[in-house]
Amino acid sequence: MTDKEKVKSYWKENIKYVLILMFIWFIVSFGAGILFKDALNTIKIGGFKLGFWFAQQGSMYVFVVLIFVYVRLMNKLDKKYGYDV
Amino acid sequence: MVMMYSLLVEGIGVQNWTYILVGITFTIYIGIAIWTRAGSTKEFYVAGGGVSPLANGMATAADWMSAASFISMAGIISFAGYDGAVYLMGWTGGYVLLALLLAPYLRKFGKFTVPDFIGDRYYSNTARFVGVICALLVSFTYVAGQMRGVGLVFSRFLEVDINTGVIIGMLIVLFYAVLGGMKGITYTQVAQYCVLIFAFMVPAIFISIQMTGNPIPQLGFGSTLADGSGTYLLDKLDGLSTDLGFAEYTEGSKSMVDVFAITLALMVGTAGLPHVIVRFFTVKCVKDARKSAGIALLLIVILYTTAPAVAVFARTNMIETVSNKPYTDVPLWFKKWETTGLITFTDKNNDGYIQYVADKSKNELVVDNDIMVLANPEIANLPDWVIALVAAGALAAALSTAAGLLLVISSSVSHDLIKKMINPNISENGELIAARLSAVVAVGIAGYFGINPPGFVAATVALAFGLAAASFFPAIILGIFYKKMNKEGAIAGMVIGITAMLLYMVKYRLGWFDDVLPDKSEWWFGISPEGFGTIAMILNFIVSIVIMKFTPDPPQDVQDIVENIRIPSGAGDATH
Repeated sequence: MTDKEKVKSYWKENIKYVLILMFIWFIVSFGAGILFKDALNTIKIGGFKLGFWFAQQGSMYVFVVLIFVYVRLMNKLDKKYGYDV
Repeated sequence: MVMMYSLLVEGIGVQNWTYILVGITFTIYIGIAIWTRAGSTKEFYVAGGGVSPLANGMATAADWMSAASFISMAGIISFAGYDGAVYLMGWTGGYVLLALLLAPYLRKFGKFTVPDFIGDRYYSNTARFVGVICALLVSFTYVAGQMRGVGLVFSRFLEVDINTGVIIGMLIVLFYAVLGGMKGITYTQVAQYCVLIFAFMVPAIFISIQMTGNPIPQLGFGSTLADGSGTYLLDKLDGLSTDLGFAEYTEGSKSMVDVFAITLALMVGTAGLPHVIVRFFTVKCVKDARKSAGIALLLIVILYTTAPAVAVFARTNMIETVSNKPYTDVPLWFKKWETTGLITFTDKNNDGYIQYVADKSKNELVVDNDIMVLANPEIANLPDWVIALVAAGALAAALSTAAGLLLVISSSVSHDLIKKMINPNISENGELIAARLSAVVAVGIAGYFGINPPGFVAATVALAFGLAAASFFPAIILGIFYKKMNKEGAIAGMVIGITAMLLYMVKYRLGWFDDVLPDKSEWWFGISPEGFGTIAMILNFIVSIVIMKFTPDPPQDVQDIVENIRIPSGAGDATH
């Protein structure tokens, strides 16, 4: 692989990770917490209606996990392409 | 022995406890500032560029969590119910954008300030100047609110005049921001994070145990009541709310499109706030920038997931303590807060009882959002030292954010305006002096607004996010992900985006264009001024791309830089 191809394929893999993670980001917050809130609210877990829980708790936990997953994926990707130095 | 101890502890009293705790924490901040004072512009702007991801994460969290997060947010949620989620998701979801789309690349780019990135990426001092104006606009609206928060805490807990409180706060910030620059601010923020999170969690845990028997507030507010009735706390609060004529707590009353727009505007605004972005210039490499964004969000989420629990506890407690109770029987805290004007009771039907209902013509009790957190420990009868701890925590939150904002203001002036535009030959020492002087002037202006808050400050603090969303976010994203984006597109986008946001805010929030504030029904697409940042951001993107299509491509060397920032390796030190 030439340097130029390497840069291109690294960037492509990075964008793929970002798109997947951003999709999850959208689904838990705007999806579960806002758009589908009413439907989810018919389900109850303990004292929480599920849509309300996603809006005020769940989405935030997922956000934290998403960033750490990205950190892991990118550290691996950096190593694979030798960009970790 | 136990009795002696309790006599001793109780004998001290809330006010003395507050003096002790505030005194100790302030001494720590000043000590750190002296120990870490800045000797070069690099230390002043980016703390020398070698901050560890953990320290940067803690500093970012403290920088981020302002008086609004600590004092106001749980209170706002407790009155807004479900709708409060816009702040919770909006102010945390932005960190995902930061970590995935901005921080790593901006760190690789290796500059001191956000206007610096705008100016270099768009090879234009006009772009840099637009960046400086946007940074100043966003930061000043934000910092005035912090000074006010400092004044509020001083006046209530130490019973000094609110203006004296603002001045004391100004002097402290002045001392460590001017002396220490980013280096001093970073390490005081680390200490401030510890103070504020401890101060927020202790009362929350106490009250969670009191009300539900569960020591974890995040689980407690979804549990059954501790009174053995088997009723869930949230069901009880929904019932209490509807009995008094309010919307069900877990349902809220804003329209879905507005909730969507506000949440997105706050997320994007968070990712575009200069005082948050610059924190990622202080770490050693790209890897550390990603990691510290994760740590920062984790530390923020500890408070943000507790706040909605506190909101539910406080709201339930308040309704139960005062609703339909005779005014003569109100507890001591009620009277104390009445003197500050943050609780008002008018006995409209002269029956001597407090009617707290949704119907405005019959409601007799007005409670300010801001006191729900501050009064919460008193309402729950917690020990004096816990009440004092909350005061110290609120001060830590307000001071840490104020310091971060002041640094953005001073570096925009000394680095972007003076060094990059007016006098490029200024010496290192000259620039450092200019940076310190601009910090002094900025503190002065912020303090002035804290003492004489113009009526629109409270309204504009929330709108600072809209301004950041409408200006910086699209320009930075396009600068990283769209190689062909040129200066004409970016400048036009920023100018039109931020102007649209300002006009909408002036028309629909401040009502300066009409004799009366226009009604909600006139909002475009049903979107409130707080949510309009989303529309202004989209406008910015569209304008930038359209203008770009009709103007020349950026020079090859700029396109090469964009290629280069996409690769994490070889991130040198942040440079001029």
